[in-house]
Amino acid sequence: MTSGLPRVRGTAAAVFFASIALVAVCIWAAGYDASRAGSAAWNAAFGSPFAFFSGTLKRATPLLTLGIAISVAFRAGVLNIGADGQFLAGAAASVAVALTFSSWPRMVLLPMELLVGACAGAAWAGGAAVLKRRYAVGEVVSTLLLNFVATNLIGYLVRGPLQEPSHSYPQTPQIAPAGRLPILLPGQRLHWGFVIAVAVAIGAWWFFQRTAAGFRMRVVGASPSVAYSAGLIDVGAVQARALIASGAIAGLAGCCEVAGVTYGLYEGLSPGYGYTAIAVALLGGLGAGGVVVSALLFGALAAGADGMQRDAGIPPEFASIAAAMMILGMLIASTVQRARGAAPAPIRSDAGS
Amino acid sequence: MITPTPALELRSIDKRFGSTVALTGASLCVQPGTLHMLLGENGAGKTTLLRIAAGLERPDGGTILLDGAERRWRSRAEAIAGGVGTVEQHFGLVPTMTVAENVALAGPGALTGFSPRRAARTVEEISTRIGLSVDANAVIGDLPVSGQQRVEIIKALAKPPRILILDEPTAVLAPAESLALYEWLRTFVDGGNAAVVITHHVREARANGDAITVLRRGRTVLEAPHRGETEGDVLRAILGEASPGSGLRAGRHAESIASHGDVVLRATAATIADEKGVVRVREASLVVRRGEVLGVAGVEGAGHRELLRALAGRLTPQTGTVEGPDAIGFIPEDRLREALVADFSLTENFILRASGRRRGRIAWRTEAERTARGIAEFDVRGGGPATLAGALSGGNQQRFVLARECDNSPDAVIAESPTRGLDIRASAAALQALRARAAAGAAVVVHSIDIDELLDVADRVIVCRGGQVREVPMRADAIGAALVGVA
Amino acid sequence: MPVPDDLLGAVVRGATPIGLAAIGELVVERSGVINIGLEGAISVGAVVATVAAAAAGPAAGLLAGAGAGLALSLVFGLFVTRLRAQQVIAGTAISMLGLGIAATMHRSLLAGTDDVHVPTLPSFPVPGFDRLPLIGSAFFDQPVPTYVLYLIVPLVAGMLYRTVAGVALRAVGESPLAARGAGRDPQRIQIAAITFGGMLAGLAGATLVVAQAGVFADGISAGRGFIAIAVVALGGWTVRGVVAGSLLFGAVSATQYLVQSYGSGVPYNLLLAMPYVVTLVALAALRGAQAAPAALGRAIEGPP
Repeated sequence: MTSGLPRVRGTAAAVFFASIALVAVCIWAAGYDASRAGSAAWNAAFGSPFAFFSGTLKRATPLLTLGIAISVAFRAGVLNIGADGQFLAGAAASVAVALTFSSWPRMVLLPMELLVGACAGAAWAGGAAVLKRRYAVGEVVSTLLLNFVATNLIGYLVRGPLQEPSHSYPQTPQIAPAGRLPILLPGQRLHWGFVIAVAVAIGAWWFFQRTAAGFRMRVVGASPSVAYSAGLIDVGAVQARALIASGAIAGLAGCCEVAGVTYGLYEGLSPGYGYTAIAVALLGGLGAGGVVVSALLFGALAAGADGMQRDAGIPPEFASIAAAMMILGMLIASTVQRARGAAPAPIRSDAGS
Repeated sequence: MITPTPALELRSIDKRFGSTVALTGASLCVQPGTLHMLLGENGAGKTTLLRIAAGLERPDGGTILLDGAERRWRSRAEAIAGGVGTVEQHFGLVPTMTVAENVALAGPGALTGFSPRRAARTVEEISTRIGLSVDANAVIGDLPVSGQQRVEIIKALAKPPRILILDEPTAVLAPAESLALYEWLRTFVDGGNAAVVITHHVREARANGDAITVLRRGRTVLEAPHRGETEGDVLRAILGEASPGSGLRAGRHAESIASHGDVVLRATAATIADEKGVVRVREASLVVRRGEVLGVAGVEGAGHRELLRALAGRLTPQTGTVEGPDAIGFIPEDRLREALVADFSLTENFILRASGRRRGRIAWRTEAERTARGIAEFDVRGGGPATLAGALSGGNQQRFVLARECDNSPDAVIAESPTRGLDIRASAAALQALRARAAAGAAVVVHSIDIDELLDVADRVIVCRGGQVREVPMRADAIGAALVGVA
Repeated sequence: MPVPDDLLGAVVRGATPIGLAAIGELVVERSGVINIGLEGAISVGAVVATVAAAAAGPAAGLLAGAGAGLALSLVFGLFVTRLRAQQVIAGTAISMLGLGIAATMHRSLLAGTDDVHVPTLPSFPVPGFDRLPLIGSAFFDQPVPTYVLYLIVPLVAGMLYRTVAGVALRAVGESPLAARGAGRDPQRIQIAAITFGGMLAGLAGATLVVAQAGVFADGISAGRGFIAIAVVALGGWTVRGVVAGSLLFGAVSATQYLVQSYGSGVPYNLLLAMPYVVTLVALAALRGAQAAPAALGRAIEGPP
């Protein structure tokens, strides 16, 4: 399914700004002060170093990691709609580890949190992979349903086994400082999770461009029939691996969110990150570089939406409308390119040159 | 003599599918009250031409006339309303639905009621009228292929057509059933209607048809409304003269046969089913030796596809054995569906071969150099290692696939219709490349739709028909006869 | 533990919105399209119904909600048929769009200092039936949307299996090429199915507000759109199965209230997760997609 997606940066940029413009018109038409909204958004996203590092980049961090998770699955032709559930599984598992072993030194505890978070995400996606391989249950329905299981499991954990000692709030106690990701820049809220996210993006790029296993995933996503006939590739096994890898990355994102931002678990930890990440991945053309750029744009959008709400009283949901329009815009753009018969220029211009 | 207005006329129809030319200036003229036979080898464009007449494909150029009036079908529904009924060979029926439902689907009405009992009665009424019996409540998927064919015919009559198009209707019918079908078709056309029947069988066409049209490589090469031609004339029109410019045949046999060596590919009593589990080849045995080219002839569904795929390791025989080397080059018939990823670069497409077994890192620079060598060796034009495969022409795509599959000197090369959709020059180049592989010591197996081509490229020829495999003499008439089953 | 009199009634109340959405989605999926955007259509239906009901009463709310769901699904339908967009991706976008529109409308039109409460439809006992033993009051003393569902279930079953249009719709879902060969227009059939499904999803959303809560809240749909999709798969793509699945989910939500009000040893959130787990297990046991329409989720090949 990736073959029809445009990979032209210009198209993505045009779609992004056209969607923003359209939403701006909607905001104006809804009777808000559009210019005040615009400046509020700009200030909240780029207006100061604090806005940029503690707003935009902090907000971009989970979207970047999850965007990479989605693109790993989509590039192999697996429609993982369950990044949200995998994110929550990773978050819950790492909080459990951090609370259980809170006396351990940071050098041991943090890596263990990250590892357990990734494994939990992988296991959550692995359930869907097994259901697909062994029981012929499509990944769209199974990953979707597992999202709700994860959401309710979080609800149970924060009211049951992991609830804070006073038992008055549905949340866990804060994890010990040793279990937290350090702040990246003094005075800012940006944490080491951002570095991990960038490292994951670079790793994904290297994996897809430089390794035989990554190449196999790309072939399977581009054309399962060619993958089997010309490449003698076991399509089902490759797709199962891609789904599990996608889940591991999403679990890592969940771990970074709780260890770097919230320091605890509560209901509503993910405001639909897993779905927004689909827009992030598609707008980035499913390539690592593109996803980094689009995650930054979405981070700015989220920070800007916060600012608009704070300073201009504009509902923050305009940001999710904009994200939806960007997905639809990318779908239109890919149709136009298909109709013209133009093969989209690849972002991966490195390959074979 | 006054010529009546043709019931259906197709004038200089062109049709391309991507880079493949299906039809160039093909024509067909069907008089009312006649049974018109359309002949040609697989890939000659017969089905495409009739799909255009039926509104299932749109032509790139040319005109369709019905009773002398030009028509442009915007949908299949318009063609049906215009009185063009079809009996398709594939995809005509919904496999999970019953016979009655499939027939009702083609019938009139939308929000009108559907009653399984009433639909079943309609089916029975039509089937007794034309003498083809079928269980109206059976699910299509449970019926044998011949039963499905019968349903297709009954379905086509649900909205009474004036022109009926049948795509190889007798291929899966028993002789008595074929006879009954032609008897009924005769009464159908005697009522002032017309019918066009696609067939491979020259004798069947001459025995039952009032007129014959032959297509070859997308062109109309014979229009014989008065049956003045002999069986040999028709066969020659279908099969064509020897392709010019290949020059492979002369003096080849002596030199190559001497160098034949060890057995590379061996099938022993292999029974092979296709991907859906339908047995296509029964207990086939053959060997292919180092240095020889084995030609395989067979009409669609005859089992040659499954035989080649089993030899290439893409299908596993149900019983019996197929032995071959690890390094096999495989050239599938449908390049864009099975061999190339259109928006991958040529280098990426080059390393695609057997990438299921690859491990570790990919050294792109080395691979690009290897690709460049293959491109140069096989004279692939229109791009370098970084070009996207989709940007190449059909002929160059095929050369590229050959370059890839012959890279690293595989012990065997298996090619399905390697010249399909290629012009004469490109075809000759592809065949020469395969000969060269054999000369270099590989065992080569080639299927082709063109008997001349097989005679050009092969040392021996086998014919697949109805799942049986047998070797035939290297003569066009012998192969042709074995193909259509008149030998 | 005593079973409250109204338990069965609560089951039917819980099953109504899910049943409406799932029956609509059944029609959509039988035509070969999976509409993940259902959640968005339900949310938009709910918020538009609230606005309309506040202005012109609950009946207007139902109609407006259905219309809103239809309009949003029409956008989805154009994307997947005319543009041949990947259905799951387009559906995800429509879902996000619908949720965003609903939340925005809620904040800008409805939320002043207090939430806007709208008049709700009263229960309407069906004379004669409501006195049936055991099931009478539960099934036949409900607000109007429940009766709409009772009406639509046999209508959909009749349409699917007893009209030529239904045969054509199922044929498109199984083999669009065969349907086109027989002279049917697959795209038009799919658009019609998608708008019908969207209308019922909008009606489901309107039901949540106008017949049940009386007030719109963010996240009022609470995943019912996704549950409806699961119910269709669980019900084996049959009308009967979808009705049974909807009642199952209705029972689960009724049990949740019960547990909430009576208290029990089983943690409430685990109960909430149960239906999803049960669905997954059931799908695995039924070997998942074996009964699914063969062409579900795929764009139609070939010329229009």
